[in-house]
Amino acid sequence: MKQMFLTAAVLACATVAKAEVVAPGDVQFGEYGAIEASLSGVPGNADSGLEIMVTRGKGNCIACHAVSALEDYPFHGEVGPSLDGVGARWSEAELRGLVANAKMTFDGTVMPAFYQTTGFNRPGNAFTGKAAEGELDPLLTAQEIEDVVAYLMTLNEY
Amino acid sequence: VFAIASAAQADEEADLVVNGEIEITVRTSAPEHVDGLRDIYSGWVFRSDETQAMQMDDFDNPGMIFVEEAIEAFNTVEGSEGNSCASCHDTPENLAGARATHPKWNDNAEEIRTLGMQINGCRTEQMGAEPWAADKGDMLAMEALLASVSRGMPVNVQIDGPAEAAYELGRELYYTRTGQLDLSCASCHEQNYGNYIRADHLSQGQINGFPTYRLKNAKLNGVQSRFRGCVRDTRAETYAVNSPEFIALELYVASRGNGLSVEGPSVRN
Ligand code: HEC
Ligand code: HEC
Ligand code: HEC
Repeated sequence: MKQMFLTAAVLACATVAKAEVVAPGDVQFGEYGAIEASLSGVPGNADSGLEIMVTRGKGNCIACHAVSALEDYPFHGEVGPSLDGVGARWSEAELRGLVANAKMTFDGTVMPAFYQTTGFNRPGNAFTGKAAEGELDPLLTAQEIEDVVAYLMTLNEY
Repeated sequence: VFAIASAAQADEEADLVVNGEIEITVRTSAPEHVDGLRDIYSGWVFRSDETQAMQMDDFDNPGMIFVEEAIEAFNTVEGSEGNSCASCHDTPENLAGARATHPKWNDNAEEIRTLGMQINGCRTEQMGAEPWAADKGDMLAMEALLASVSRGMPVNVQIDGPAEAAYELGRELYYTRTGQLDLSCASCHEQNYGNYIRADHLSQGQINGFPTYRLKNAKLNGVQSRFRGCVRDTRAETYAVNSPEFIALELYVASRGNGLSVEGPSVRN
C-alpha cells in the first residue's frame, strides 16, 4: 500500500515537473546572471541537494569548494571560495543563476555550467574521451539544480 | 579547517637530490615566453613526503626497474640491418641531452619528433625493425633509460625557427577550453596550481619528470597518455597519441618547463 502510494506520488511529481521544466536553451538570465523563475516548477529538496553536492558523478561541488557543514564528506577542494554563508550572501535567484551557469555572473570563471547543453568545444561522451553522440544532457537536471539551490539556501552561517 | 579532510600534505619547499649526487632543479624562474607564470615547479614539489622520498634514491624508485630492462634492449640486435642501438650510439650515456631537447625538429624527416618518434625513427630507418607502440612497455622503458641519463640537465626545447608552428599550435591548445566542463590546461595548471581539486594537489602539469611511474597504476606513464587523461576529465573528446595536436601540445608544455631539470623516470601518485 505504502509502495503504491509512493509510486503514485512520484508519478504525480514527475508529471507536474515535466509540465513546468524550463529547457536549458530557454533559461532567462537577469543582467547580473540571476534566474528568477524555478527551473522545474517544483520546490527544491535540500537533503537531495546535499547528496548532489558531494557526489562525484553529480554536482561534485566539493571538488572545488570547501563547506564546513559537509565536513564529514572528504575531500574538499580550494579552486573556488568556501560556500559557508552563500545563503546569506546571495538570493535564491542569484544562486540558481550561479549553479545553472556561473559564467553569467562571473565572466570567464572556471566553474562549469551545470544547466547548459550547447556551445562546447569537442564535447565528449561523459568521461569516456570519445565524442558525444547526439544532444548533450545538462550536467544536472532542472530539479537537481533546484535541490542544490535549496541546500545552498541553508548555508547562511559563516 | 579543511586540512583534516585534505590528502597527505606536501613539503613544497623541499629540494631534490637523487642518490645523494644528482642535483635536480625543481623550481626556477619561468622562461620569458610563458606569460602566465612567474616561477615554474616540477610536479615532484606537490607530491607527499613519501612519494617525494621514493625519487631520491634509485633503489626506492620503481621506475628504475624499467631502466634496467631498457639497457638490455639497447644492446640487443633487432631488425633486418643487424643493428642494436649500441651499434650507432655506443652507450645510453652518449644520448645524454636528448630527453632535454625533445620534441624537436628533425632535418632529415622534416618533422617535429617526440623522443618516442625519434626512437621509432631509428628502429625503422636505421635498424629495419618494427616500431614500438607509443606509450607502451618497451617504448616507455627506453624513454625512461634516455631520461635517466639526462637527469639534472635543464630542459631546453627549441620554440623558434622550424619549431615555431608547433609551438604556436600547442600554445593555442593549452589555453583552449574543452568539453562540457569547459576547462583548459591553464584553468587547472596555471590558474590553480598549488590548490587542491578534491583530493588532488594540482601541480603545473610540467613534463620534465616523464615518463612517470604512477603509484595509482603501478607502471610507467607517457606524456601524451597523461594529456589524454586530463582532457577526458573535462568531459571532452580527446586527441590521439601522436596526433599533430598532441605533438604540438607536448612541445609547448615541454617548453614551459625550460630550465627545470630532466628527472625521469619520476614517481607520482
Ligand atoms: C571546477 C571548479 C568548480 C566546481 C566543480 C564548482 N565550482 Fe562553484 N565556483 C568556482 C569558482 C572558481 C568560483 C568563484 C567565481 C569566480 O570568481 O570565478 C565559484 C563560485 C561559486 C559560488 C559563488 C560563491 C561566492 O559566494 O562567491 C557558488 C554559490 C558556487 N560556486 C556553487 C557551486 C555549486 C553548488 C557547485 C556544484 C553544483 C559548484 N559551485 C561547482 C569553481 C567551481
Ligand atoms: C644505424 C644507426 C643507428 C641505430 C642502429 C640507432 N640510431 Fe639513433 N640515431 C642515428 C642517427 C644518424 C641519428 C641522428 C638523427 C636522425 O637523423 O635521425 C640518431 C638520433 C637518435 C636520437 C636523438 C639524439 C639527439 O640528441 O637528438 C635518439 C634519442 C636515438 N637516436 C636513439 C636511438 C635508440 C634508442 C636506438 C635503438 C632502439 C637507436 N637510436 C638506434 C642512428 C642510429
Ligand atoms: C580539471 C583539472 C585539470 C585539467 C583541465 C587538466 N589537468 Fe592535468 N592534471 C590534473 C590533476 C588533478 C593532475 C594530478 C596532480 C598533478 O600532478 O597536478 C594532473 C596532472 C597532469 C600532469 C602530470 C604532472 C606530473 O608531474 O606528473 C600533466 C603533464 C598534466 N596534468 C598536463 C595537462 C595538460 C597538458 C592539460 C590540458 C590538455 C591538463 N593537464 C588539463 C588536473 C587537470
